[in-house]
Parts: sequence; structure tokens; C-alpha cells
Amino acid sequence: MKLAEERHIAAEPAVVWAAVLNPEVLKQCVPGCESITGSVADGFEAVVVQKVGPVKARFAGKVTFSDIVEGKSLRIAGEGQGGVAGFAKGGANVTMAAAEGGTLLTYEVDASVGGKIAQLGSRIIDGFAKNMAGQFFDNFQHAIEVPVEAEEEPEVEEGKKKGWFKRLIGS
Amino acid sequence: MPKDHGIGASTKRREDVRFLTGTGNYLHDITVHGQAYAVFVRSNVANGRIVSVGSDAATGMPGVLAVFTGADFTAVGGNPAGWLINSRNGEPMREPKRPVLAHGKVRHVGDAYAAVIAASYNEAKDAAQAVADASVIEELPAVVDMAKALADPTNRVHDELPDNQCFDWGWIEDNRARVDAAIKAAPHVTTLELINNRLIPNAMEPRASIGEYFPGTGDYKLTTTSQNPHLTRLLVAAFVMGIPENKLTVVAPDVGGGFGSKIYHYGEEALVLAAAKKLKRAVKWVAERSESFLTDAHGRDHVTRIELACEKDGTFIAFRTETMANVGAYLSNFATVTPTFLHGTLMAGPYKVPNVYVNVKTVFTNTAPVDAYRGAGRPEATYSLERVVDMMCRELGLDPFEVRRKNFITTDMFPYTTPVGLAYDIGNYHATLDKATQLGDVAGFEGRRAASAAKGKLRGLGLSTWIEACGIAPSNLAGILGARVGLYDAATVRVNPTGNVSVFVGAHSHGQSHETVFPQIVADKFGIPESSVEIVHGDTSKIPFGMGSYGSRSLAVCGQAMSNACDKVVAKGRKIAAHMLEVTEADIVFSDGVFTASGTNKSKTFGEIAFSAYVPHNYPLATLEPGLEETAFYDPANFTYPAGTYICEVEVDADTGRVEVASFTCADDFGNVMNPMVVRGQVHGGVVQGIGQALLEHGVYDENGQLLSGSYMDYTMPRADDVPFVTVDHSCATPCTHNTLGVKGCGEAGAIGSPPAVVNAVLDALNRAGHNIAHIDMPLTPSRVWHAMNG
Repeated sequence: MKLAEERHIAAEPAVVWAAVLNPEVLKQCVPGCESITGSVADGFEAVVVQKVGPVKARFAGKVTFSDIVEGKSLRIAGEGQGGVAGFAKGGANVTMAAAEGGTLLTYEVDASVGGKIAQLGSRIIDGFAKNMAGQFFDNFQHAIEVPVEAEEEPEVEEGKKKGWFKRLIGS
Repeated sequence: MPKDHGIGASTKRREDVRFLTGTGNYLHDITVHGQAYAVFVRSNVANGRIVSVGSDAATGMPGVLAVFTGADFTAVGGNPAGWLINSRNGEPMREPKRPVLAHGKVRHVGDAYAAVIAASYNEAKDAAQAVADASVIEELPAVVDMAKALADPTNRVHDELPDNQCFDWGWIEDNRARVDAAIKAAPHVTTLELINNRLIPNAMEPRASIGEYFPGTGDYKLTTTSQNPHLTRLLVAAFVMGIPENKLTVVAPDVGGGFGSKIYHYGEEALVLAAAKKLKRAVKWVAERSESFLTDAHGRDHVTRIELACEKDGTFIAFRTETMANVGAYLSNFATVTPTFLHGTLMAGPYKVPNVYVNVKTVFTNTAPVDAYRGAGRPEATYSLERVVDMMCRELGLDPFEVRRKNFITTDMFPYTTPVGLAYDIGNYHATLDKATQLGDVAGFEGRRAASAAKGKLRGLGLSTWIEACGIAPSNLAGILGARVGLYDAATVRVNPTGNVSVFVGAHSHGQSHETVFPQIVADKFGIPESSVEIVHGDTSKIPFGMGSYGSRSLAVCGQAMSNACDKVVAKGRKIAAHMLEVTEADIVFSDGVFTASGTNKSKTFGEIAFSAYVPHNYPLATLEPGLEETAFYDPANFTYPAGTYICEVEVDADTGRVEVASFTCADDFGNVMNPMVVRGQVHGGVVQGIGQALLEHGVYDENGQLLSGSYMDYTMPRADDVPFVTVDHSCATPCTHNTLGVKGCGEAGAIGSPPAVVNAVLDALNRAGHNIAHIDMPLTPSRVWHAMNG
């Protein structure tokens, strides 16, 4: 399955670029991510728990970065083995360009699944992948855009780390 | 008054007593003392290089007894294809080895590359997952689409082959130029490109096997879900495992449906035998439903271009077909005959068309093997023919009924040799067409259409006039056509001392009602009650021999063997009666169970003769042997040719595209009918499977070779509310001319004749409603129909 979307993020391209390559950001933004370690050069090791239709599994896999054009574009690819559930793999070609008031982030996602997830959940895979990508970029946008002050507010929804990335990098 | 006994009676199915009271003996009902369990480690990718198999991961896990991999079977043989097909250029087909367990490469999702044996099922399953997790399989690009597979020889399913083609077959090659010329010169040519959708068999009972080894004697026993235990024994013993046939017993107990998928030998059967020998204990394997989806041989999957050349008045001049047929990753046992001699030879239909040519290219892909499925090649032929005839009628504004009448072979033309090599012995196609027209009240269609229109539904009527070649087969013809086995059958009729009868038959019953119908024939032959006859089947240590049940052959081949054996018993009985009554054999008349010395009142009953045969106190032993038991092997002179007319009416929801089958009428010629109730049941079941193919079922792989319709959430089986009551008639009988029972076979008819009737009906409904739609590929889901209506 494939999907292509774009988002406007209210931050400088350099900030967005740094965020994309930061494992801590990815951990917070990838839905169901339990751990992510490693480096951009060697790739990340990730553990993600997800439920695809009737199949819930813990996927352990590798995330690699390629086609890196500093500050502009890259490909993020991942492959996870989910044991009895089968496997999922995919990637995103991400480009970013300065736009009025921030950055225009464009991504083309391709994803495929194999084994039990394919046999049991194929009809919901497209929706699932779209949802996953949507959630990821929502989280990502949130992490970068939302003012730090918001985090102190009591009504903050559990699990949303508002604006912490900017705080982290001091911008 | 309907007959209540013997041939022609609707005797109730005796096997239903145990099936309906939970006392059947299916494979999973059988537990052998000390049995261990096998679970297979199957590929998650469609095409992959096996870098390493993580067998060590299972070592030491609870209950684990052994792990097998492909390396354990490199020294044994492969599972062979049963028919050798030659390409148009004379080259023999390509036959890559089909191993017990994949070695080196995995070639479809579900391809087993290891097996774990453990003391319990759950322990085996856990260990199998550990082996899977520890195995490294490098995924390669999958070969899925047939056209791409043929176009790109660089990406191959089998590295040792030059490309992905198994063979390129022409039938009949000598006719090709003449057919091409006839089409070129024809006043009208209708061309149709269609897909015959891949089906997944879905027998109610999944495949399962128990392997046993007896160290004291060196004997093996395989209990397995098979339609043909002797064929399985031959394949396992002689081709794969190298076990002497006399050291291997194959038992197929109660089997819950096959539809073709259990004809074939599968690697799991060899594995449980090898494991039983190694561990000196029984090993059981029962497929999970997911494994059935992934590994049972699938059906159909043709991509076809058919041309019909005709006069402007609809008189047929020629049919020319080009088909790509998917054989999947490995050649299943009948995979090469199904798209060729069970398909190409039927491409003249019931029509007196002078020119027919068929080209079939079979293609290896990284998908489950594809083989015979109820109808096997003949549904594909019938669908192509009946769809293109229907399309031609619409193009030329001709009445589909009249076009059939005009082109049917007439009764004075039999025996009739077709341009594709068959000799139809007898039939009456006009009679079944007229009968179906009457039973289906075709005259009243316009009224029903108006009633449907009043509630917003589009009603259509579809016609299919089908013929098949079944009762396979005459061995001599099969041999000429490339069969590597004979296709006779055998039966032993053993009259017990007390006069009741045990019949040992080579046919296997897994839904066909042999235990009910075969005794009806024996009862008639001997003049004894049906309840005095027992049918024994499915055990190579008991039955004489047999090629099994498929191709609607049980009655026409094995039933005839049984009938012949009964005749031999009667002949022996006459000898015994002549001795007892002190007359010559020529004076003995046998009728209604009594041997009478003609012209006298001296007689002996069947029971008295039987008792005498086993208590031969004063037999002239030089001329009269004791005992009353006879065996007959029967090899028919020809195929049988059932034929008929199916009429389907549908209502299409104009808003949603949902198709409802409103009525379905069958007028079939099966020759003589032994049990009308059983025949109705067979036709009902076949028609429902055909409606399933036409409207619901589809085995779908994505471009990576992942089976997307791998469960009942996505693979739609027909249910009760998807089908109407099916009207069945078999009164237009022309008895088969070359067996004494006069029977033809009815098992596959419904699945062969029905898909085009349904599709033709839907297209009729849409075109009558003003949509100009030439064709929609099966399955005609609401989505496909809606898109056809709405661009």
C-alpha cells in the first residue's frame, strides 16, 4: 500500500530535520513504540507493539536512513518481525522545504505486511497504515510546534509531550 | 409410484446416521497410543533464500522430540506430476523437484521448510515458532502476476529453469492454421478477455495425517485425509520415500470433503512417516484453517482470451482460446492435466463447431500450487464458451436460446467426434434445453422482471448449456494423452457364508454417498435387501486396488467394476446351483435372488448358494472351487459425457450492485440415475459452489505474494442466504452406451455449468436496464457490479 501526504509545520526546516533524526523524538512519535536505540549512521533498533485488526504483536526490527540530502530529504525504512503475527515493513520518503511560517513536510509512505497479518487483516491494512502515519505526524507536529508552556497545564492529555523537542534543543 | 428399494430408489443416506450423531471417525477422532505431534514451520515470504534454519532454537524446549528440515530429505524423491505434457515445439514440460520440506529456497507463503515434533501439540507449536524466529530467510522479489512471470525470465520461481513457463501446449496443433484461417474469413468475430478467478477449496475437514512405524515388522501406516489411498500409497512409497508398497498401508477414514484438494499427495504425509520411523512412535499432524488456506491446492486461476467466429445468424464457425494457467510454485499431482486435457478437449462444448484450437501456457508463480478443484478444467472451458456465446448473442441481437438450438449436436449425429479429440457417445442437448426452459418458466420471465422492477431491482436471465467429459478415464486414451498412471478402478464382492455381502471398493467416499448407493446396485443384482450389503473403502490393506474418487468417476468406473464383480458372483452361483440341483449350468436361471432349474420347480435362494459355497461337503473340487468372492477391474472404453442446461435468474440492486440469485433451474442428463435424492444433493452442492465462484469467492495474492484472502473474514464462502432453492431435473436421460449401468456421473456438473449462467444473468439484467456492459470478471461482488454500472 502507498500513500502520500504533506504537512505544514510551524518550525524552521533545520529544527524539523533534527527532529526527524532524533531517536527520542521517534520513540515518542511512533505509535506503540516501546524502545528505540542506535544512531542515524548505524540505524536504530526498535520495538513496537501494535494491533492490526485481530492480530496483536510486538514487532522487533531495524530502522535505517538512506538517501540523505542534509536538511532536505531522506528515506526512512523499517522492517519488523512480529513472530507468529508475521512481519511488517515499509518506508517513507520525506522531503522538507522552507515555507511561509515554517516547513512544508512531504512524505510518501509505502508499507507491506506478510504472514498472518496479511492473511487476516489485509482489508484493514490500508486504513491501518494511513492511521499510523497520521498519528506519527500528528505526534511529530505536536512535539515541535506546541509551546513549552502548554506542558505545564493540568488538562494536558496523557502521553502527549507538548513542545518538549523545542525545549530539548533550546529553540 | 417412486421406487423404494434398489436402483432408482431415493434410499436415505446410511452414513448420515454417524455423521449427524457425532459418531463419525474423522482423522482427528483417532488417537494412537503415544502419539506425538508435528507442527510445520512455514514461510512468511513468497520467494526467499533460506540462509539458515533455526533448528537449535527448539533444542531443549519442553516436549521437543525432533526437528526436521529440508536437508533431511535431500536424498529422497520429489512429489511428481501425474501427467507429462509436451509443449507445442515437442519439448517435455519442466518439472522442478517438489521436496518434502523446502530446501535452499521457499517458493510460496506457507511453504514448509522445517517441522517440529513434540510430545504435545502446544509444545510443538511453541517450538515451531522459536525455530521460525531463529531462522533467516532472505526475501526475494515475488513472481505473482502470470503475464509478468512470462515476460521476465530474470526473476524465476525455480532458479534451475530458464524461465517461469512450465509448458506451452496447443490442442490440436495440427488444427491451428485451419482455425486461424476460418476466423480470419468469418463474417463476425466476438472476442472476450476474462479471468477465471482463483478458488480455495475449503473442505470442511482440514487436511490431517498420522504416521506410524512398526519396528518389529518394518511396516508403515499412513492414516490421512485422502480421496484415493492407493494413489497416495504409490506416490509416497515409490516416488518420495522409497518404502516398498507392501510395507505401507494407507488408510483414509471418514473424510470431510475434498473437492479435489485431497486427491494429491502432500509433503506433510511423507514427513509424519519419516518422523514416526525416527522416533518409533506415532506422529499426528492436523492442519489449522490458516494452513489449509495457504497450502491446499487451489483451483482455477486462468487468464483467457477467447474468440468466437460465426455467421451473422449465429452459426458457429470457430473457437480459438489462449489461456495462461497458474500452476503455482510447484506442480501438484494433476496440475498439468487440469488446464490441458480436462480443459482444452472440452472447448467444442455441445456444439457442432468445425474449428477449435486451444493454446495453454502454464506458469510457475510464487503462490500455492493450483490443481483440480470440483470440475477441474471443465468449469474453465464451460465458462469461456458460455460467456463468449452470450456476448456474441448480445452483439448480434440474437436469442441465446435459439443460437444454442441452432448449434447443438443433434441426436442423429452420435457418436460424434469433436475437433478437439473427444468422441461423445450419446446425448440430447435439445431435450435438456427444452426441459429447463419449461421448468424455469422462461415464458413468464417478463412478468417477473416487471415485478422486480416495481421494487427497484434489475432482473436478468442467464443461460448455460454445458457438457463435460468425466468418469475419467479410459487408460489407453489417458496414456496417449500423457498420463503416468492407469485410470481404471476395482471392486471385490465378497458374499459371506450367511448370504450377506461385503463389497470392497477402490472409490473413496468423502461426501459422495457410496455407502448408500453402491448397496442399492448390489441389492438389485443379487435380489437381497440393501441392508445386507456393506461397503468397505479407504484402506489399502482391505480393498483390492483403486484410483479413488475425483472427476465424477466413482459410479461410472468403480460402480461398474462392482457391477461386473456382481455378475461374476452370479456366474459362480449358477455353477454352484447347477451342482446342487443336479442340472447343467445352462439350465439355471437367476432372478430376484433365486437360482432356478428352468422348466422345474427346483430352486435355491441366493443365501443357500452362499452357505453351500462355504460348506462344500460334496463339491467336485476339480471343477468347482469353494467360496463366493469375485474381483473385477474395470477400465472404460471412453469418457462419459454428462450434459445439461442451467438457467439462472438474478435480481441486481441498482443502488448497491448486490446480486441476489432469484432462481436456479437445472435440467441434466446424467444417464441412468441410481439414487435421485443423492443426485439432487450433488447438483445442489455443485451449483452452490458455482454460485460461490460467480459471486463471492476469490483467492487474492498481493504483489508480494501474500495471500490477502487468507481467512473467512475475506474469503467469502456461499451461505444459505446466498442461494435460492435449486430446481433439479434429470429426466432427460440418455444412458451411457459403454457401461452396463448406463451411468455418466453427476458430482461436478453443478460447479461446471453454473458460473456462466449466473454471470450471464447479471449481464442480462444490467444490459436490459440500459447499461452497455460487455463483461464483468468473477466474482461479481457488489463493488464490481456497482463500478460497472457507474463507470
